[in-house]
Amino acid sequence: MLAVVADQVSKTYKKSDVPALDGVSMSIERGKVYGLLGPNGAGKTTLIRVLATLLKPDSGTATVEGIDVVADPIGVRTRIGLGGQYAAVDEFLTGRENVVMVGRLYNLPKAKVEVRAQEVLERINLVDAADRQVQTYSGGMRRRLDLAASLVGRPDVLFLDEPTTGIDPRSRVDIWELIRELVSGGTTLLLTTQYLEEADFLADTIGVIDQGRLIAEGTSEDLKERIGGVVVQLHVDESYCKPAIDAIKDLTGSEPLHDADRDFLVIPAEHGSQSLIEVVRAMDTAKVPIIDIELHKPTLDDVFLSITGHAAEVETADDRVPESGVAR
Amino acid sequence: MTTTAARPTRERVSPAHALKDVWIITKRNLRRFIRMPQLLLFATVQPVMFLLLFTYVFGGAIDIPGVSYIDFLIPGILVQTVMFGSTNTATGLTEDLAAGVIDRFRSLPMARGAVLGGRTFADLVRSAGVNTLMIFVGFLIGFRPAGIPQLLAGLVLALMFGYSMSWVFASVGLVARTPEAAQSASFLVVFPFVFASSVFVPVQSMPSWLQVFADNQPVSVIATTVRGLTLGIEALPSGKTIEGMVALSLVWIIGIFAVASPLSVQLYRRIFS
Repeated sequence: MLAVVADQVSKTYKKSDVPALDGVSMSIERGKVYGLLGPNGAGKTTLIRVLATLLKPDSGTATVEGIDVVADPIGVRTRIGLGGQYAAVDEFLTGRENVVMVGRLYNLPKAKVEVRAQEVLERINLVDAADRQVQTYSGGMRRRLDLAASLVGRPDVLFLDEPTTGIDPRSRVDIWELIRELVSGGTTLLLTTQYLEEADFLADTIGVIDQGRLIAEGTSEDLKERIGGVVVQLHVDESYCKPAIDAIKDLTGSEPLHDADRDFLVIPAEHGSQSLIEVVRAMDTAKVPIIDIELHKPTLDDVFLSITGHAAEVETADDRVPESGVAR
Repeated sequence: MTTTAARPTRERVSPAHALKDVWIITKRNLRRFIRMPQLLLFATVQPVMFLLLFTYVFGGAIDIPGVSYIDFLIPGILVQTVMFGSTNTATGLTEDLAAGVIDRFRSLPMARGAVLGGRTFADLVRSAGVNTLMIFVGFLIGFRPAGIPQLLAGLVLALMFGYSMSWVFASVGLVARTPEAAQSASFLVVFPFVFASSVFVPVQSMPSWLQVFADNQPVSVIATTVRGLTLGIEALPSGKTIEGMVALSLVWIIGIFAVASPLSVQLYRRIFS
C-alpha cells in the first residue's frame, strides 16, 4: 500500500522561469521513511508544500493515503502532520498551549486534547518546559516542540521539511534519534534534508533531487554502490608520490588513482582494514612518510558528486532564503 | 484500503467547526497581544497621548460653538483609535506569514477563513479594550456624554467601523507581505483619513478644497455620527440628523466590509500559488 504518491508533478512559481519541480514522480510505502535529499533550492520544500496541500501543482497529480491533494485538501489535512524548517511554533504561547491549539484545530475534542498534549510532550521530553513561553526555548527545544505539534493529531503521514537545518550538531543527533523513535510505530515519513548523513541515518529510501528533478533513487546502500566500495585514501608529500605509487603497484598489481591536486592516492580496499595495514607496511618498507591515511567509506556526498558532477552545495543556515511561496 | 470506498469525495469543515476554529485563532492572537508588553504599552499609551496632547496643547486654540472641546474630541478619539487599531491586522498577518505560522495553519483541517476571521476578531476585541480605556481617561479629564446608552451606541458604531477597516488592512498586509512594508503602507492609508477629517477639528476650519474631501470621507462621517450619538443633535453640524448620519455610516461600514473581505480572502489564497 502506497501512503504517498507523486506522479509527474511540476510547479513553476510566478516571477520565475525555472521550474521548481519538473515532472517529479515518487512514492512511499506505508510505514516507510523516505528521505528527499538535495541542495538548497532543489525543489524539496516545493514538493512537500504540494503534498501537504499548501501549493497546487501546475500539472501532475499527487495523493496522500489515496486521497488527491487538489480535489480533497481537507481530507488530506486530517491525515497529515507537517513540521518545518521554520519551526513554526508560536513564540508567545507556552509549549503546551501550542500543542493544545494545534490539537484543537485537528478537531480533537477538548477533553481529549489535554491528555494527548501531555502524552506528546512526554514523548518529546519537554514536560518540564511545557508551561514556559516558547521564546525562552533553545533552537533544539523549538524543533522538538514543532515535532510534537505535528504529531498531536496522530497523523498517518508525517512531512518534515529540513527538521535539523540550523541547529547545532549535538541537538541534531538527538532529534534524529527522536524522529526515528516517533515513526517506529508505523507512521509514514517524508523528510527533506540537505544533510547527507541525515538521510543516511533515517531513511529507508533516498531520493536525490536537483533543479526540480529526481535524479536518483534507492536505498542508502544502492546509492553507495554506485561509486564503488571502500577505499584506502593515502596522503603523502608531493615529492614521495612516485615511490609511493611504485610501492602500491608492487602490492596490488595495479596503479592507484592519483588525485594530483591533493596528493592523494586512492587504493581499492578489497580486504577492508587489512588492506589499510598492508598499505602502511608497504609505505614503511619504501621509506615513504605518511601524512595521513584513512579507510574511506563512500558517503552520500560522493554519491551526489558522482550523479550531478558537482558537490552538494550546502549553505549555512544564516544566508539561506526560505524556499517558500510566500517569499517570492 | 476499505475506508476509501466509504469516504465522501471531498471532506468539508462544518459551520460549528469553523466557528470553533475562528475562536481558537482569536484566542491565540489575544494571548500573543497581552504577552507582548511593548505592544500593549504602545497600543494604549499612544492614543492616551493623542488625547492629552489635543486636549491640553491644541484644544485651547480650537473653538467649537456650543460644545466643550473634550466632549468634541472623545468621539473623534474613539474613531482614531479603531483606525490605528485596525492597522494591527496588517502587521499581525504579515508577522505570521514571515514566521511560517500560517503554513502550519494551512496544513491543518481547519476552516479556510479562520486565520483572517480570528485575526480581525482579535483586533476588534483589542480596539474595544483600548477604547474603554480612552473613555475612562476621558471621564477623568471632563468628558460628559449625554448618557451611558448614548455613549455605548457611539462606541458600538466606532467598533463596527474598525472591524470593517480591519479587512481593508488585511488586504494591505497581504499585498505588502512583510511586517515593515505593511506598517508603512498602513500609515499611508491612516494619516490622510484620520487628520483630514472631523476627528480633531471641525472641517469648517479647513480650506474649502480640503473640506470637500474631509467632510465626505468615511472617517469624518463616522466621527461626526459617533459625536451625534454620544452628545446629541446639538453636536452635529446644522442640517444633519442623527438618523441620517447613522444610515450614512452604516452604508460606509457595510460597503467597505463588502468590498474588503472578499478581496482579502482572494489575496490570501493567491499568496500561496
